[in-house]
Amino acid sequence: MLWYIGRRLLQVIPVFLGATLLLYGLVFLRPGDPVAALGGERGLSPAAEIAIREAYHLDQPFFMQYLYFLKGVFTFDMGVTFTGRPVVEVIAQAFPVTFQLALMAIVFETVFGIAFGLWAGVRKGKLFDSTVLLWSLVLISVPTFVIGFVMQAVIGVQLGWLPITAGRDPDFISLLMPAIVLATTSFAYILRLTRTSVAENITADFVRTARAKGLPRGKVMGRHVLRNSLIPVVTFIGIDLGNLMAGSIVTEGIFNINGVGGTLFQAITRGENVTVVSLATVLVIVYIIANLLVDVFYAVLDPRIRYA
Amino acid sequence: MPDNRYENTPRPGQEHFVAPPEDVRVGVVDAVDTTEAPSSLWGDAWRDMRHRPLFWVSAALIVFVVLMATIPGLFTSTSPTECHLENSLGSPAAGHIFGFDKQGCDIYARAIYGARASVTVGVLSTLFVVVIGTLVGSIAGYFGGWLDTILSRFTDIFFAVPFVLAAIVIMSLMQDKNEFVVAVVLAAFGWTSIARITRGAVLGVKNNEFITAAKALGMGRMSILGKHVLPNAAAPIIVYATVALGTFIVAEATLSFLGIGLPSSTVSWGGDLAKAQSSIRVAPEIMIYPATALALTVLSFIMMGDVVRDALDPKARKR
Repeated sequence: MLWYIGRRLLQVIPVFLGATLLLYGLVFLRPGDPVAALGGERGLSPAAEIAIREAYHLDQPFFMQYLYFLKGVFTFDMGVTFTGRPVVEVIAQAFPVTFQLALMAIVFETVFGIAFGLWAGVRKGKLFDSTVLLWSLVLISVPTFVIGFVMQAVIGVQLGWLPITAGRDPDFISLLMPAIVLATTSFAYILRLTRTSVAENITADFVRTARAKGLPRGKVMGRHVLRNSLIPVVTFIGIDLGNLMAGSIVTEGIFNINGVGGTLFQAITRGENVTVVSLATVLVIVYIIANLLVDVFYAVLDPRIRYA
Repeated sequence: MPDNRYENTPRPGQEHFVAPPEDVRVGVVDAVDTTEAPSSLWGDAWRDMRHRPLFWVSAALIVFVVLMATIPGLFTSTSPTECHLENSLGSPAAGHIFGFDKQGCDIYARAIYGARASVTVGVLSTLFVVVIGTLVGSIAGYFGGWLDTILSRFTDIFFAVPFVLAAIVIMSLMQDKNEFVVAVVLAAFGWTSIARITRGAVLGVKNNEFITAAKALGMGRMSILGKHVLPNAAAPIIVYATVALGTFIVAEATLSFLGIGLPSSTVSWGGDLAKAQSSIRVAPEIMIYPATALALTVLSFIMMGDVVRDALDPKARKR
């Protein structure tokens, strides 16, 4: 087990370096010279320009600048946003809300996705199965932001059941609708995944054996069918964190939540490129770490992975 | 012709030859047409698909959307960019069945003309993704060794960045935006799944006897890869590509909605959705038309991928 974790940790290092290098390299796609732009029409004096370039290491070659950036990431010093607030402070303030939102979304999508998927898989080919399958395709086809706007307009404005926006210090109730919106696409994927593997496992030999030796139906379903069907679902949740992050940008933007996604959304609409890149980098780092944890968890669940 | 004539030949993994049952009549044996080509994977899939209503529904929708994208003039004679502010938020009138949006443009015409941007981005990025992914995946899977290690780690790096997130970052830095740029940006981080799928499929195919036979006959490595390995690994790639096309269309709409996708001068569903959002409290119905058009397009591709996957999977077919 320790050996597996160690090997997996070693694999993460090149991925982490490569992904951050890629994202950091993107900043250089940006047209124009930020330092020259600081001076406005009159332009900076040569001495001031050199001083600024030195202060931000802009006179160094690209790779050195990347190393300074990495140092910044590890020492929690990632520069400031356009309004002068340190990026780390913005993230520290925004992260708890996003974490709560993502956690709620994950709970929704797994609980309902597995429940519907199990039910559909058991009744494969029946009316319930085909209805659920068709609806899951519809949910995948409609973009998250459309679902968000429709729910906001219908449930929030017309029916008035749930708050329309979350605003500052959101509670569970005001995060309920955003979390459901955020969860819809992944709910459909989890449902389909569970349904397929349940339908496959239910005809497997070990299930027939379990039935033949007289186990009650509930035990067969829970211990043999469901448990084996959940393995692909666990992997999916790891990959799905990436979708949740991109989704949270749109969802937090629509519902005006002050999370990481909402901050990114505002940075995008204001054209604050550097903030966009540094926030995205943080999200990618979180994504890599979360996937590492999922992999370890996965190995705990399934001994075949550990010894492979 | 009964299809079970190969039933008694040993299968890979089957250790003992099972003798044919005694009661096979001579007439049946004689009736076997040995010159007939054995049914292929795609032939079987086609025979299965053409009995599924979902296949025909999605095929009809795809044809319809492609027609809309290529010759929009077939469906409307109104120009999507001919807008009169006095028609702002106007209700449906003769010749304008869906009414007008905030700028006074004909909603129906914009819904028809918007197909082009979405389909162009979807098809182009799928094309890029299939080319890059197949290339990387097949080289990694077929040649193996250090090449596989390098290419797989390279794929891992790109996989570690969620592709919509990457597209948001790149697009927010871009100056000139058009369908081609959006497609390239979406494909830049979207090819990893196809590479992984191709690598897996190639690994599954490359140790088959017919590959060894081709090698023994003196066929070159590249021609074996092109003629024998890839065609046999194509099924999962095609299925994934069909579904990916739908995902790319949704991603393009999301980018346009965020205001960093296609410029507002381009008629696109994503852009129209973003504009409709500002008047959602006054006229919520404006959003319905581009949203439905977009959802139906994506649905048709995802549904097609689903049907093809089911038809190609013998396990799903038997039941």
